[in-house]
Amino acid sequence: MADVLLLSRMQFAANISFHILFPSITIALGWFLFYFKLRFNLSGHPVWMRIYRFWVKVFALTFALGVVSGITMSFQFGTNWPGYMATVGNIAGPLLGYEVLTAFFLEATFLGIMLFGINRVPPWVHTLATVIVAIGTTLSAFWIISLNSWMHTPAGFEMRDGVAHALDWWAIIFNPSMPYRLMHVLLASGLTASFLIAGISAYRIKRGDDKKAPKLTLKSAIIVAAILMPIQILVGDQHGLNTLEHQPQKVAAMEAAWETKQGLPLVLFAIPDAQEKTNHFEVAIPNGASLILTHSLDGEVLGINEFGDNHPPVAPVFYAFRVMLATGFLMLAISWFVSFTIFRGKSLPKLLLNVLVIMTFSGWVATIAGWYVTEIGRQPYLVTGILTTADAVTTIPSGNVLFSFIGYLVVYALLLTAYIKTLFRMARNSVLIEEIKLEERSTQKGFKHSSATKLNTEANL
Amino acid sequence: MILDSTLPVIFAGLMALSLVVYAILDGYDLGVGVLLPLDNETHSDEMIASIGPFWDANETWLVLAVGLLLIAFPEAYNLVFKELYIPAFILLIGLILRGVAFDFRAKVHIDHKRTWDKIFKIGSIVASAAQGYMLGMYVMGFESSVSAHLFSALSSVGVTCAYALIGSAWLIMKTEGELQLKAIRWAKLAGKISFAGIIAVCIVNPLINPFVLERWTNAPYAYFMAIIPFISFVLLFVGNAVLNRLPLKDDSGCWLPFVITLVLFICCFSGLAFSFFPWVVPQQLTIWQAASAPESLRFILVGALIVIPCILAYTAFSYRVFWGKVEHLRYY
Repeated sequence: MADVLLLSRMQFAANISFHILFPSITIALGWFLFYFKLRFNLSGHPVWMRIYRFWVKVFALTFALGVVSGITMSFQFGTNWPGYMATVGNIAGPLLGYEVLTAFFLEATFLGIMLFGINRVPPWVHTLATVIVAIGTTLSAFWIISLNSWMHTPAGFEMRDGVAHALDWWAIIFNPSMPYRLMHVLLASGLTASFLIAGISAYRIKRGDDKKAPKLTLKSAIIVAAILMPIQILVGDQHGLNTLEHQPQKVAAMEAAWETKQGLPLVLFAIPDAQEKTNHFEVAIPNGASLILTHSLDGEVLGINEFGDNHPPVAPVFYAFRVMLATGFLMLAISWFVSFTIFRGKSLPKLLLNVLVIMTFSGWVATIAGWYVTEIGRQPYLVTGILTTADAVTTIPSGNVLFSFIGYLVVYALLLTAYIKTLFRMARNSVLIEEIKLEERSTQKGFKHSSATKLNTEANL
Repeated sequence: MILDSTLPVIFAGLMALSLVVYAILDGYDLGVGVLLPLDNETHSDEMIASIGPFWDANETWLVLAVGLLLIAFPEAYNLVFKELYIPAFILLIGLILRGVAFDFRAKVHIDHKRTWDKIFKIGSIVASAAQGYMLGMYVMGFESSVSAHLFSALSSVGVTCAYALIGSAWLIMKTEGELQLKAIRWAKLAGKISFAGIIAVCIVNPLINPFVLERWTNAPYAYFMAIIPFISFVLLFVGNAVLNRLPLKDDSGCWLPFVITLVLFICCFSGLAFSFFPWVVPQQLTIWQAASAPESLRFILVGALIVIPCILAYTAFSYRVFWGKVEHLRYY
């Protein structure tokens, strides 16, 4: 039985880690596309259409990967976690249902028009399709984050004969951790997409693309990142305080606080030891964690010792939290430095372009690490206080799960490689494409001189 | 106010609706994948262009159908997917591969395009066959005997063929010239195999499931059940006759095979659905036994009644936008 539990957990972790990579891009990329389309509508300058065309292809590819890996998830609740639907199906079912009904069809249908319909519908309908797709991806995030948050901080229900029954749908949807988690996730998507756009654009410039398009996108994306990053830190802090209130055991694991303490130090680095219930090689700022969590130097923070056996494993939560923070602060520093350089009117040195290329997928690292903190931090529960992960697992033979697990790993590894290679190939191909095609020349000629100068200034890196 | 005991019936109906819409819509795009020629790039480009704007939304009907099973009948959902663990896994791998191949092929170097075309075709065949296999296992009540697996294997061939049929009918409607002629040939062949498949199911189903036999032989259902195979065979014969005359001058009637196949799909599906009602898992769970709590069903029903008409409306809009023969597919 332990085998099935471990394998099912590993398989689910692999699936959901792979899946989240793609929505974390498309949610915000949809809004970027809307922005590019609006800029085109307002200015009429073909360069914005060029930009739109390039990024809509990236969107389509990313969206397809998100769709297919998402379908897998909806099957796995049943194949591997039958206890989940049996216990909380009355809550989880309708929330998932609303996601499919209000978001999936909307995105999928209007994506077709957005990708292939530009010559078949009036321009305003195409712009409308673009914004509907963006709304669809965001709505999808709304419902799934609502359900996920409910699993962390269940509310608005009662248990009858071991089965959860809904009492108040408003309380279920807007459960205590939901607004914080939703904001955190949406901002994370904004940052992931920004660094992706900036990284790919930097790669194009590095490869000798001297067109306006990559300069404009690099600038737009890095400024968005520079604005979102401090907001994200603020929201993340609030989310942490919310977690402290509702899931103190998770915060104890994040801080590797084995004992309840007044004036808990902020551990910068350590090797947590679950056997000895202590940290080795600890580097810490005295009273730091108490200051952040309770806004007082001597504030009391509950330690792992308060929770008996009902606490998450400390080490993975502790490490993942630090990976997320480190990546986040790196993203802050880089986005501010690059924005600063751009605002001073300087062109970006090769070194900075290289840094941006390396940071292309930094959003993924922070997103995955953050999800590990919150999901592993919920253990041993699947739904806090109601259902443990071990109680929800399937009874099928472990050989079947091993077979499917290996299958998924192989397919996902191949797809991830193909995805990243394809993005950079598309970037290389676009270096060779002309800035403006013949049929666009006429639009270009009739273009007002003043706004053309403005655009040149804007693209000036 | 809707009674608590009617709610499961409504949800069974919604689930049946989304399954049949899925079988028709994803059926044609899976079928196009099954038929994809690997030796003719122009044709494969055109075929893929014909399903480009639609496949994403088509696949969403599967998510809705599975979602409705999960929402309304969680116990049945658990039971079905425990029994169908491996076929469901294979189905998912098939769907993943074809879904991404579709996008990758348009963006990679020409050498790799071939490979992605192969993956698209294999993924489509695997997904169709897995669906047929799952259907077979379901009809056989998840028995694990040799005969059950044989029947399921037969069913996977049947479903793949049925998808190829509706796929080729779609191509007859959306293409012209040489490819259209090819599609007509494919449709004739797939129609004949489907004919054999329907006969096989009509014989096997009542023989293994006593309650099906009872339903097929007792009034009033028997009248209804007798009409369905009759209509199906008439449709197949009419369809064959139509195919023999196509293509007509100025391409009139190119939509006929698709409409006939669509009605055929609805007939076969309702035949199956009425054989099993009210079982959601044959002879193990009825829809009332498996249903979720009424307050949850009411909550989602309100949304479904508002949203499903909207979905149908904008789906219709999307088909209108891309009406007519396929042009060379271009991304914008």
